[in-house]
Amino acid sequence: MNPADPTASPGAAADRVTAEILAAVLSGTERGVVVDSPPGAGKSTLVVRAARELVAAGERLMIVAQTNSQVDDLVDRLATAAPDLPVGRLHSSDGRPAPEALRHAGVTASPRIGDLAEQQVVVSTAAKWQWVKDVDPWRHAIVDEAYQMRSDALLAVARLFERALFVGDPGQLDPFTVVGTDQWAGLSWDPSRSAVTALLDHNPGIRPHNLPVSWRLPYSAAGLVSRAFYPFTPFRSGTGEGDRRLTVGAAGDGGPVDAVIDEAAESGWGLLELPARHTVRTDPEAVHVVARTVRRLLDRGLAAVSEKGTAPVTADRIAVGTAHRDQAAAVRAALTGLGVPVDGSPGPAVTVDTANRLQGREYDVTVVLHPLSGRPDATAFHLETGRLCVLASRHRHACIVVARAGIAELLDEHPSTEPVQLGVSVKFPDGWEANHAVLAHLAEHRVGLR
Amino acid sequence: MSLLTTLARLEAVHQDRAQPLATVRHRHLSDRPMVVVPLAAAGEDGAPLAAMLGTDRDAPRLHVVPQPLDRDQRFAFLAALAGDLLPYLEGYGEETEQVEGTEKDPETGERLPVVRELCADAPQLVVPNSAGVHHLGLLGRSTRFRRTADDADAGPYPVPSRVPLLGRWLTHLRERAEVPGSSMLLAMTALLGRHWATGQSHLEDQHLGALLAWIAPPPGLGGAEAARYAESARDGRGQLHCPPAGPATDPRFDEKLLGPAVARHDAARAALRAAPPGEAARAEAHVRRTADEVRGLLEQVLRPTWDQVWRGLDLLRALPPGARVAERWEGDRWSYTGHRERLAAGEPPQPRFDDAVTAARKLAQREREQARLDLQEALDDPLAMAEHRLSGEAFAGTVEAVEAAYDTSGRTPKPRPLVTVRTGDRPHADPGREVHRVWGPPGEDGAAPAAQKAEVVRHDPAEGTVVLRLTSGMGRRREPEPGTVPQPGDRVCFTLFELSVRQAAPLPDPQNTPWTHGGPPGSASAVPGPRPGGPHTGGPHTGGPAAAAAADEEWE
Repeated sequence: MNPADPTASPGAAADRVTAEILAAVLSGTERGVVVDSPPGAGKSTLVVRAARELVAAGERLMIVAQTNSQVDDLVDRLATAAPDLPVGRLHSSDGRPAPEALRHAGVTASPRIGDLAEQQVVVSTAAKWQWVKDVDPWRHAIVDEAYQMRSDALLAVARLFERALFVGDPGQLDPFTVVGTDQWAGLSWDPSRSAVTALLDHNPGIRPHNLPVSWRLPYSAAGLVSRAFYPFTPFRSGTGEGDRRLTVGAAGDGGPVDAVIDEAAESGWGLLELPARHTVRTDPEAVHVVARTVRRLLDRGLAAVSEKGTAPVTADRIAVGTAHRDQAAAVRAALTGLGVPVDGSPGPAVTVDTANRLQGREYDVTVVLHPLSGRPDATAFHLETGRLCVLASRHRHACIVVARAGIAELLDEHPSTEPVQLGVSVKFPDGWEANHAVLAHLAEHRVGLR
Repeated sequence: MSLLTTLARLEAVHQDRAQPLATVRHRHLSDRPMVVVPLAAAGEDGAPLAAMLGTDRDAPRLHVVPQPLDRDQRFAFLAALAGDLLPYLEGYGEETEQVEGTEKDPETGERLPVVRELCADAPQLVVPNSAGVHHLGLLGRSTRFRRTADDADAGPYPVPSRVPLLGRWLTHLRERAEVPGSSMLLAMTALLGRHWATGQSHLEDQHLGALLAWIAPPPGLGGAEAARYAESARDGRGQLHCPPAGPATDPRFDEKLLGPAVARHDAARAALRAAPPGEAARAEAHVRRTADEVRGLLEQVLRPTWDQVWRGLDLLRALPPGARVAERWEGDRWSYTGHRERLAAGEPPQPRFDDAVTAARKLAQREREQARLDLQEALDDPLAMAEHRLSGEAFAGTVEAVEAAYDTSGRTPKPRPLVTVRTGDRPHADPGREVHRVWGPPGEDGAAPAAQKAEVVRHDPAEGTVVLRLTSGMGRRREPEPGTVPQPGDRVCFTLFELSVRQAAPLPDPQNTPWTHGGPPGSASAVPGPRPGGPHTGGPHTGGPAAAAAADEEWE
């Protein structure tokens, strides 16, 4: 089946794949089912649905996610979708689950697995599951964000289940380690690779399913993200051209920041380009421009028009993405200086975070500080395909990239030089190519800042 | 590269001299290190050409392979190397101490006291650069599976008896060198690079001569000029004054001097084979002469590097050791003790490939040690802590005010004093963030104070103040124990990261490798390297898989 089959409606195409996946989970011959999901393709919805169907079939189920916020989010979604389902939230002894997860009557939280024996579904992080012992294995498990999970974490938890559904986005950031792992390169069980690659290498009978429709990305973004980051598993947007729009309340002031906002509202993309320059990581000019863009987004009273209706773009619908934590901190400080809320506890606030932490999240408008902006070199870290992919695929309406000029030249000066290892499948597309593809597209939506 | 390192490098360019990156020495240095300078044949990474080694800087020992492609000569060389290295490596096994600990009984799960043997010291090999570490690993890989004449099935090409043993030691040392902070096999360039920043790139720092030139240039020369001299100055014969520190040799040396000398040696050996009986003695003398010629050439290019490594050791010894260096060295001693015990128990050599569980276990250990190293370096060295302060992950300052306050939510009030710290740092200290107090070096009585946590109450970057609420480390009474709460005027330092390293989660026994990873080693779908028994599956003090896992991690 061609997932991009234009004749089927997006909903029908997605439903067919979902039905196939659920059939494989409930009665497939392989012990593992892998689902590759592009950004916003309904991964969480699938997890919730699979969980409910398994429980309906009388199974007990464990769910593995990678971070505490993912677990809390999942528990919240599960309990919202099925209020009468007893869900256990297993957490670490010094951890406190988020209130959103605990507000449901059906949810029980405990640091001890023994307390959760009655729950039909138990959800926790891979790190916590690794410590669980003296329990009967579950017959079914769901591993969420499986491409973010490392092979060694799967090795430690696989004893807990017989069969598993692995769901994740192959285009996002690969797991990483700060120590040398060259000696295991090429081994199918290299502990530093992603759990899914290890699983597929050892179980060649498993054929990954692909979710064919991104419900998050607008028409203007799905094509680019699919081409640049998922060339072999194309997907399309659930909405058509012009279905999603941004309306701008106040007229622009004629400056470049307002011009790029107008461009992004119009086309879904905007590139605000600063003059070329080598800078420190927390480039004060670029950081200031990012903050000012966010300030103007709020000041100009944007409204998001979509299949869900029309809603104002408030602070909590805007995110800023960076490559490094210190950049995020600098942007937060600059936003605070401009009176933009960045702390969510008193009220709606702009999210400012690194690509790693924005994975799996969704906003109306994102402002991205380009990972290569102002750099004198392009390291493997900054070229990593997943980093750019995450940053360029968090938005429902528009994405504004702030960058210094000269990135294309920088890329040309730094072709990928990672050594090729025997037995390691080359990741394609490489970051170099994906970066060029995105840049070429952004160039059409460029506003220069002098 | 951190901002501070970048600044240090810029400063080094400006001053034309390397700048310190550390105020203390962060690696253990043995009183009697074994310096090894290995050379490999051009184009044949695994073919040793020569090695200069020893524990006495004035009396290096030299072993060479006059014809590096001749396997008999290669293994004769490795046997000679084993003869020199093994007594040194094995010598540290004699003096041991008894360490008390506890171990879980596999049957009952009870914790039982055990006494383990720990070698009092461990060997330390120092090579010029990381390529040297890699080369020793290659030698270990190519020799540890060799059969010897002592084996029941010796095969057609037995090697001298101690060669495989040397291979197992080299393999162990190379593996251990992957563990961050370990000091059993050290590369001098890495050691110097940790402690000094030069005005050149990391790549250029791989040249030991150039690196030393920046750190300690000869009188009257600047760092940049001295480094240029070290890299490229040649004598009248076109040879480098400062030959590369190996294992690769200078191509010009290979072409003009070494190549012709090896060719003469080959010719002499051919002549010996063809010599009639009466001429044999003369032909043999000629072979010896040509071999000595090769030896003399190699000695000339090795000696400068040998001296540089010792020069580097002098520079490093001038730095006082960090307070926690000895603690990390104890890890090396455990590693050494464990390997010695595995050899004594007659276990087979390390497998070609790690199985899934062993690989995961080693990765977990390395990550934990990396975290521990970063932490301990920061605690040992204000310059290392400065990097964290600069990145907003820590802050230091002076206590301005202390206000007694209590948590009255429980049955008895608990002390929760508010401490105002004035700091010039700009930490990412959002209200509610947990911070950890860094204590100065322990006092005369040697007792380390209890860990202390605090919570950020207010942070005013403009004013440069942080208000903290101390939440622990003040004893169990209503009033804090004396000395646990800082007083106005005290210098304090807090970090936003935890000051202890988290334990790694348990992994299954290799025999229980799950289906997701191909099942147990040796089963149908397991890819390379079956490991019968394996060197990591037991030792004299292991009790059950979990204990074995824990113990192995310490030994790696």
